Amino acid sequence: MAEVLIDRVSKRFGEVEATKELSLRIPDGEFVVLLGPTGAGKTTLLRLVAGLEQADAGKIVIDGRDVTREPPALRDVSFVFQQYSLYPHLSVYDNLAFPLRAPGRRLAEDEISRRVAAIAQLVRIDHKLASPATRLSGGEMQRVAIGRALVRRPSIYLMDEPLSSLDAKLRADLRVELKHIQADLGATILYVTHDQTEAMTMASRIGILDQGRLAQVGTPREIYESPVSIHVAARLGTPPINLLPAGAIAVHDMPEQTVTIGARTEHIELLADAEGPAEVIQVEHLGSENHLHLKLDGHRLVTLAPPEQRWQPGGRARIRLRKPLYFGATGQRIESHDQQREALREF
Amino acid sequence: MAEIRLQNLQKRFGDFTAVCDSSFTIEDGHFFVLLGPSGCGKTTTLRMIAGLELPTSGKILLNGHDVTFKRASERDIGFVFQLFALYPRMNVRENIGFPLKCQGVPRAEIRRRVDEVAKLLRIEHLIERSVSGLSGGDSQRVALGRAIVRRAEAFMMDEPLGALDSEFRHVMCVELRALHERIDATTVYVTHDQIEAMSMADRIAVMNHGVVDQIGSPQEIYDRPRTVHVATFIGSPPMNLLRFDATVQAGQDSVRLNGSAIQMPALRESILDGKLALGVRPEHIRFADQGGVRGEIFGTEYMGTMQIVTIDTPHGQVKARMAASQGVRMGDHVGLRFDAERLVAFDTVSGRALNSRLFDEAGHG
Repeated sequence: MAEVLIDRVSKRFGEVEATKELSLRIPDGEFVVLLGPTGAGKTTLLRLVAGLEQADAGKIVIDGRDVTREPPALRDVSFVFQQYSLYPHLSVYDNLAFPLRAPGRRLAEDEISRRVAAIAQLVRIDHKLASPATRLSGGEMQRVAIGRALVRRPSIYLMDEPLSSLDAKLRADLRVELKHIQADLGATILYVTHDQTEAMTMASRIGILDQGRLAQVGTPREIYESPVSIHVAARLGTPPINLLPAGAIAVHDMPEQTVTIGARTEHIELLADAEGPAEVIQVEHLGSENHLHLKLDGHRLVTLAPPEQRWQPGGRARIRLRKPLYFGATGQRIESHDQQREALREF
Repeated sequence: MAEIRLQNLQKRFGDFTAVCDSSFTIEDGHFFVLLGPSGCGKTTTLRMIAGLELPTSGKILLNGHDVTFKRASERDIGFVFQLFALYPRMNVRENIGFPLKCQGVPRAEIRRRVDEVAKLLRIEHLIERSVSGLSGGDSQRVALGRAIVRRAEAFMMDEPLGALDSEFRHVMCVELRALHERIDATTVYVTHDQIEAMSMADRIAVMNHGVVDQIGSPQEIYDRPRTVHVATFIGSPPMNLLRFDATVQAGQDSVRLNGSAIQMPALRESILDGKLALGVRPEHIRFADQGGVRGEIFGTEYMGTMQIVTIDTPHGQVKARMAASQGVRMGDHVGLRFDAERLVAFDTVSGRALNSRLFDEAGHG
């Protein structure tokens, strides 16, 4: 495993700038997830690191070596694609062994057998090693595809939405598995997705991609709790953050330049009050908690409430915000005096 | 408006029993969800209510009238499918008004009612547009509009949101429920997605292999699951099952797992040499040094509002839902304590929950 450095990389396809002077350091052993919508430049960046695309400008450095002009085979990276591409005529075992038998880096068969057995166990496909690849379920195929990438020990694993074609339950299982495997192996992974849950739950650090640029890089907690802009704040969190115009609700230390107040669903305190300004308009049951949809001065809000609190549509309440976020005219984050003091204290 | 009553409804296709002796009542004005995995008989049940399929035996009563052998067109029921088939040559207004045109409703009346529906669905701005350029969500709104413009006695919806992506599906759930509040018509809704069911339903019928496992309000089904299938089909993550072998007696209010006593609601039945499982919801688990069940942290998933912690225990992998501020590290050894009042014991051979004090309050949910 090794550190990977992406240094002011630009790539243009005709009129479209896929990445714009993008810089990112992926430290050895980290699980970095790039999160962004379709067209944000995620896949292009992965392909640039892999050498499947050539950068127009900038450098890519793997383990201290500038590989910008090197072909994919010399870069020592391993790629997992969204669509599992297994060799249909080979067994699970031979699919997993394939990268270890490649010309130039062929290993002895007993070493191959040892490694395949270990990886098969890791991705929980060891009971199907003899099956033809075509006889597997979708989840099993994707586990083999991930296993085939993991069987090698490259400098970095590059993963392009490897879980997106699976059903929700399997995706949830594999999220936990993949993160556990990564920590076990101490693997360096650059992973791209448009699914915020994948990013939040697996990443050591998330990069929020927006139109070919990185809007913010940080741990999931840093980005969730302290987003630099409305755009970033709205990317993470289900239900999404509530955004209200300044003045819609009284907050004691709101900075003057505030245009928008952001309130996470779990930071809205509701106090039942028949004269209160907020009205419950809908209650969604999730079992473990309820989502309350509220109307406040014509604005819609969503908040969480434990199921024991029996809120009903039509009920009225007062609202208090904890840890509100403030945003200025261009959507940039503004810290209040209290928040600045707190940040200083932590510093 | 309509009350729908099913009596011993059964449907066989050759040797295959799709729906096996279903009896239940859907109250007037309720949003009723048939929930289950594919092949469980939920769509067949819906199609029999709508009159698109004839039952092998049993009866269907609509407002007390036997409609079992009546044609679909005589039942006054609106239908919305997963694949919204709009007429591509007509604009939004013509699509929504089409069912009324077929019934020979006068043009001015059609115009008025289409406008009303468009307002209800908040698509007034699209009304003169061609349907070919619409987004998935707007297409589905138009399809809904075409169903509700008839003011049927009841609406049947078969996975109407199945084709939408997950974030948008949730937005549409909220809208559909709000729409239901406004038109207040009995709605029967089929889905395999438990989150859709939980968030919209007044009552849910959980189905499995042609049988209705349990009927209740979302919270009741979540809190007091009657079968292993219901317990593990509902909730994300679903209910944890810690497997153990034991003989248990009626009246006993704890079970022994790995030698330690775990408190639970007093049992109302006995079982000899049972293959049992203790059901625990993820939010009813806390870390406690003296906790009876011990395990090792396998991984954590930070979700912002909270985190899901996966723990390997001698009774299988367990998922706990905890505050995001709780410090947790992979590899740590922890003791687990469960919220005693919320536990359910299952007989894993029959798949049934053992009767206990927990179920005494059933029906109030």
